[in-house]
Amino acid sequence: MGATFYLFLVPSLVLFTLAITVPAVMGITLSFTDSVGFGEFRFIGLTNYVAMVSDPAILSSYGFTIGFALVTVLVVNVVAFLLAVGLTSRIRAKVALRTVFVLPMVISGIIIAYVFQFLFSNSLPQLGARIGSDVLAQSLLANEDLAWTTIVFVTAWQAIPSALLIYIAGILSIPGEVYEAAAMDGASSWRRLVSITLPLVAGYVVINVIIGFKNFLNAYDIIVGLTNGGPGTATRSVAMTIFSGFTGGDYAYQMANATIFFLIAVVLALLQLRVTRGKASVS
Amino acid sequence: MTQQTFATTGPAQVPVRRRRRLVWQGTEEHPNRPGTVVLLVCTVAVLLPLYATVTMAFKTTAQSVNGQVFSLPSPFSVEGFVEAWRLTNFPRGFAISVFVTTVTVLGTVALASMAAYAIARNWDRRFFRASFFYLLAAMFLPFPVLALSQVKLTGMVNLDNPVGVALLHVMFQLSFSVLLFTAFVRGLPEELEESAKLEGASTWTVFRRIVFPMMAPMAATVAIFAFLASWNDFMMPSLITADSTLQTLPVLQSVFQTQFSSNYNVAFASYLMAMAPAIVVYLFTQRWVMAGVTQGAIK
Repeated sequence: MGATFYLFLVPSLVLFTLAITVPAVMGITLSFTDSVGFGEFRFIGLTNYVAMVSDPAILSSYGFTIGFALVTVLVVNVVAFLLAVGLTSRIRAKVALRTVFVLPMVISGIIIAYVFQFLFSNSLPQLGARIGSDVLAQSLLANEDLAWTTIVFVTAWQAIPSALLIYIAGILSIPGEVYEAAAMDGASSWRRLVSITLPLVAGYVVINVIIGFKNFLNAYDIIVGLTNGGPGTATRSVAMTIFSGFTGGDYAYQMANATIFFLIAVVLALLQLRVTRGKASVS
Repeated sequence: MTQQTFATTGPAQVPVRRRRRLVWQGTEEHPNRPGTVVLLVCTVAVLLPLYATVTMAFKTTAQSVNGQVFSLPSPFSVEGFVEAWRLTNFPRGFAISVFVTTVTVLGTVALASMAAYAIARNWDRRFFRASFFYLLAAMFLPFPVLALSQVKLTGMVNLDNPVGVALLHVMFQLSFSVLLFTAFVRGLPEELEESAKLEGASTWTVFRRIVFPMMAPMAATVAIFAFLASWNDFMMPSLITADSTLQTLPVLQSVFQTQFSSNYNVAFASYLMAMAPAIVVYLFTQRWVMAGVTQGAIK
């Protein structure tokens, strides 16, 4: 009887180890070498890590990715929270509206990026020319200072649905009596939003911020589809920099980059575990 | 459907004095009309790019290059679809996408449900508990971290093809799926399983005949997420699959960025054909999609 349970679990463990753990260990090991991806290599200690600290390509990709992730997290959460408040109020056509707002979640990032790339390089400049805006009349995608805004926009467009659903779940978990009591005390709807809804969904805000930050640090598809890292290297994300290890001859070096990236992901994972655990024990 | 529901409910008779207090929340008798209007306006942000995709796809090449994205196609033309079908070798790309996605969905549901059942029913044994956390650890492991070594390893064992992509998709879905299944199995009563075992049923029979059928709602959620992740993925197939004739639909779309950049109607017809299956599946299964996100994030 007990043996069957092992048969249920062990295949997954074996495949998982081969497909996930072995590459992870291999990657971390190679990050201490001078491997170019094939042939001979030797261990060079922390040389790759030390070099990273003063590499402008690496630093600028981290700078871009972290800045982009922070802005996107802010945009996504503000919009998703407001939409969730709207979608949990007594509106009409609630089901249909929720269906529409969740839709972007199910569309491939690369394809939606191609669609927006066309809109940003054709429709928006036309509109810009018509309203007499010099900035918009040029393509934002070719503007070194503003290309990132298009990436924030499309990433947010696609990421808002899942944050929205989590906020809806959070708002629905607030007992109705709390609102009734507040209404009886004469609290305005704005007051109820700020003093009841917001504090009571604080845990969900933290979850959304961590999940969002983790996902946006990984940004790849949408950037490839919109700007492909350009103009120049203005919108090159960490993921794109790591993948440059395939062609640039700095295989082991980008392994070191990936390892640092992994450590950041681990910190975020631990943060999220702590927050969700804390929330579970409260409720 | 939106329009209809909105129109048939008719104007609400809301006393002016009370309405101000109920602006964002509303009550059963006093629906929040301003809120509905604001949200309807916001749907434009979601629907406009999709509308543009559809109208562009049905234009002729001549119409599509004039830059009037939002104008309706006249005449309606399917030449974009015909051309996209040929240029991307759509049937082959579609078949490969279907293959990768099917293997991912079946593999994820089978492996994750069995593993989760074993874990949930043996939680007091250290090996199973440790396995749970081991599998879970990858939930936060970003693909870029593993990409370089995985590309190398899949190449070494001849899995730099759709089979390898599907296998990796299953492995990356495993954490999330085992998490959902384990929580679900813990909530199932054990009595049925125990009485079946007393009557001589094996663990495998109990799983197949009793436990798995009860897991069906969660299996639907897991399957849909595996479907969406696999169907829409770009990063993994583009890196793992060495032979470009074996690429999935999302990766094939890049052809319009490089080789056929001015045939916008063809490009958009192709985008539409690649994204449509996910949208259709979503419209039929949105209940599980919505439940899945919240369960996955909060539990």
